[in-house]
Amino acid sequence: MILTAAIGLPLAGALTLAAIPRWREAAARRFATAVALLSLLCLVLAWRRFTPDGALFQLVEEVPWVPGLGMAWRLGVDGIALAVASMSALVFAASILYPADTRHRAAPYYAWMLFLQGVSLGVFLALDLLLFYVFFDLSLVGMFFLIGRWGHGQSQRSALKFFLYTFCGSLLMLLAFIGLYLSVTPHSFDMRVLIAEQPMVGSAIPAGLVFLGLMIGLAIKTPLVPFHTWLPQAHVDAPAPASAILAGVLLKMGTFGMLRIPFAMMRETFAAYAWVIALVAVISILYGASLALGQHNLKRRIAYTSINHMGYTVLGIAVAGALLSGNEAARQLALVGATVEMVAHGLITGSLFLICGSFWQRTGEYEMAQFGGLAKPAPLLTGFSVLAAFASLGLPGLAGFVAEFHVFAGTFSVYPWLAVIGIFGILITAALFLLTLQQLFFGALPEKWSGLPDLGGREKLVLGVLAAAFVVIGIAPQFLLTVIEASAGWLVDPR
Amino acid sequence: MPVGDLLPELCLLLGAVAIVLTSSFLPQQRLGWMALLALLAIACSASAALMQWDTPARLTFSGVWALDGPAIAAKLIMLAAGAVVVALSPGWLATDRRHGEFYALLLFALLGVIMLASASDTMELVVGMLLSSAASYPLAAFHRSFAPALEAGMKYFLVGALTNTLLCIGVVWLFGLTGSTGYPAIAVRLAQGVDELALLTATGCIVVGLSFKLAAFPAHAWMPDVAQASPAPAAAFLTVVPKVGAAIALARFLALLPAPHHPTLLIALLAAATMTLGNLAALWQKDVRRLLGWSAVAQSGFALMAIAAMPTSPDARTSLLLFLATYAIANLAAFAVVIELRGRTALEDFSGLARAAPGPALVLILAMLSLVGIPPLIGFFGKFMLYRSTLQGGLGWLAVIAALNSAVSLFYYLRVAGTIVFGQPDGAVHRLGGASPALVWLSGALLLAGGLAVELLVDALQGVGSFAG
Repeated sequence: MILTAAIGLPLAGALTLAAIPRWREAAARRFATAVALLSLLCLVLAWRRFTPDGALFQLVEEVPWVPGLGMAWRLGVDGIALAVASMSALVFAASILYPADTRHRAAPYYAWMLFLQGVSLGVFLALDLLLFYVFFDLSLVGMFFLIGRWGHGQSQRSALKFFLYTFCGSLLMLLAFIGLYLSVTPHSFDMRVLIAEQPMVGSAIPAGLVFLGLMIGLAIKTPLVPFHTWLPQAHVDAPAPASAILAGVLLKMGTFGMLRIPFAMMRETFAAYAWVIALVAVISILYGASLALGQHNLKRRIAYTSINHMGYTVLGIAVAGALLSGNEAARQLALVGATVEMVAHGLITGSLFLICGSFWQRTGEYEMAQFGGLAKPAPLLTGFSVLAAFASLGLPGLAGFVAEFHVFAGTFSVYPWLAVIGIFGILITAALFLLTLQQLFFGALPEKWSGLPDLGGREKLVLGVLAAAFVVIGIAPQFLLTVIEASAGWLVDPR
Repeated sequence: MPVGDLLPELCLLLGAVAIVLTSSFLPQQRLGWMALLALLAIACSASAALMQWDTPARLTFSGVWALDGPAIAAKLIMLAAGAVVVALSPGWLATDRRHGEFYALLLFALLGVIMLASASDTMELVVGMLLSSAASYPLAAFHRSFAPALEAGMKYFLVGALTNTLLCIGVVWLFGLTGSTGYPAIAVRLAQGVDELALLTATGCIVVGLSFKLAAFPAHAWMPDVAQASPAPAAAFLTVVPKVGAAIALARFLALLPAPHHPTLLIALLAAATMTLGNLAALWQKDVRRLLGWSAVAQSGFALMAIAAMPTSPDARTSLLLFLATYAIANLAAFAVVIELRGRTALEDFSGLARAAPGPALVLILAMLSLVGIPPLIGFFGKFMLYRSTLQGGLGWLAVIAALNSAVSLFYYLRVAGTIVFGQPDGAVHRLGGASPALVWLSGALLLAGGLAVELLVDALQGVGSFAG
């Protein structure tokens, strides 16, 4: 019940906000924050009940929904899902609490946020392929309305592009799901069955096509080059908390899906094509970082670094699935790295986008050239930005380093050349973040920003909690690693 | 004569006759009562059809009339849709001088399409086609003084006259080939082998003839005009009900052809052409009803997918019926909203509707998302079953084309949804009232609840069995 509660509470909260008329802004926000925190609390309880030495999937809940089609309300977690879902709930609570311009339509805004939280957690907790698809599509609907209604610039266009692009991918994925479903008898969408049976081995439906459908769908979501073009536009025009969720949570659905579906269910096919995926990942790492370096718009620049960071995750996943047996230690290392990268990127990039939101609220401006010397009027803003930027570029002692270290350590023993090339991505990222910090916070302070207010109470609280999370993961990652390692070991070497 | 087997149809016939007679004597203000009479006839007909549901599949009336799962299921879907349309009509036609006849025409059209779905004889097929066509033309042009409605009716009539003739030619040709009009005898004769080119010609003519009712390529041209300009209840009827009957008729006819002659590729190509054409034409429409018309064309293409997969996929019939049922609910919901908004149709007039009329706006958006196939709305399960049957039938390429088409269709539905939610309201929203708000809410609830409880529908339709004969 605990997982259903984690999904159901935000959905019920969204319904409450939508159904009761005339919410006051502050009341709606407090209510939504409380519900989001309750959902997070459910996941914390799930974390306490999870035993790393136990079965792969734990806390399983199963209620028949459409037995005639082999579909059921099946939820459950492994260590990876638990880590990603908890991070997501935290990012949601943070984004909901963070100040935002709701344009006097607070109740619908917070209702969509809670709706999005419920369905996003559903994606990570689902153990049924069709249920996964249901939540995956619903997350697009939620994001479409958030960007279109509360975004700025060409927000409706961006929202439409985002929805269409990812929906194309999700339809290809649906066809692939049906392919997987038809290749087990009796037909079932139960992920546990599909993982145990590896149904595409010697199946009539061409495994390569199913794999291609899955990977394109998930690559659009992740996004991997060349399917990334929807991302910068959606990010720039979205309201900042929605950007934080888009980067922090929604992108993870792509990589999480890769891990859960093609990686776990089609091991042979995945191993055969792992080198292609790894190559695309390295291209994403370098291309994403280079594009980010070339941007002059703060939010756009951070958006492009997401492509780079998700590239690390995909590289880790590709390395972990590159072989059917042998080199287990290195592959497990890579997989753990990929998962930690998901968690770290969610927290760090979430913070960075929220900071962007603070910029927008104060100045209505994202062009970096307009800023300079902000360290003087806004020392706290500067401090949190510096911390998040350092974490993002992979400074030791912060979460990004733990992730990237694991990924590259694993990659070196499987694809050494790709690791060497990929390292350059880190260099470029470091350069671009240092340049950003220099441009924004140091140098001459333009006259118009001399009275820029520093962070407010809620901003301090939210950024403080997120920063604490990625510092703790950087210094003492053990609590996270034990949970992830158990599942990663199982996935790399099924016993 | 086993008259009892025709009870559902007789109810409709008697109801229609009673309406024609009564409405000639009633004063205009009372003509709305005829809606109740029509609903009564439909209710009797539906309960008679329900009683036939669990009986084994068989042919009756000297083998010209099929009583089997697909026919009865289609009958029930069409009757339910017809009832919704009848309930939507009184408010719309309250001031019309010939209000009463409308219901008689609806019942006759309903009777015709039910005959299409149940016909197990080519002559019967022609009669059903002609009856439903003859009753549908005046429905489309019911507002005689409204030029666009006349134009729509005229277009409908011209396309119909041409394709009905083709259907007759096909039927005659087939008779010449096989010496018979009854489906069982035709199947036996075809299995012995006939001239391939001649069979293909006959099949082609019959397929084109039926594609008219289905609003599929190449006889789709009437649909957007009818959807845009006919009285909105008639448009709701004509975009939904004939499709169901024609799809079953087409499936039943194609099941006669022995496997090597089954025109799978032809039907698959028609499906691809229909959905692509409908979607591309809908992309930049500035009129919501016309957009719904083109989307109805596109949805016919989806229905054809299941028909194409019929020989190779065991549950294609279930998929077809489930899809048609889900489509009927979503399209009727959309038209119920249009009717409730007094036929509001220009896209810019929908701007900001989410604030000005939140209920209808919500239902219209749900209906459109259901037509795209966004889960967990009921339309998703219809599309899902179609994909499943198509992949199972080995038509992967068609499934991919359909998926891309779904994505394209999302674009124009979202244009409407975006206008409704993101736009600024402009002026007051005039509502129709009467039964239509209740039907708007009911259909909206069905879209969601039907998706959550889709098991009931799947379960009922999975036992639908094959065609009798």
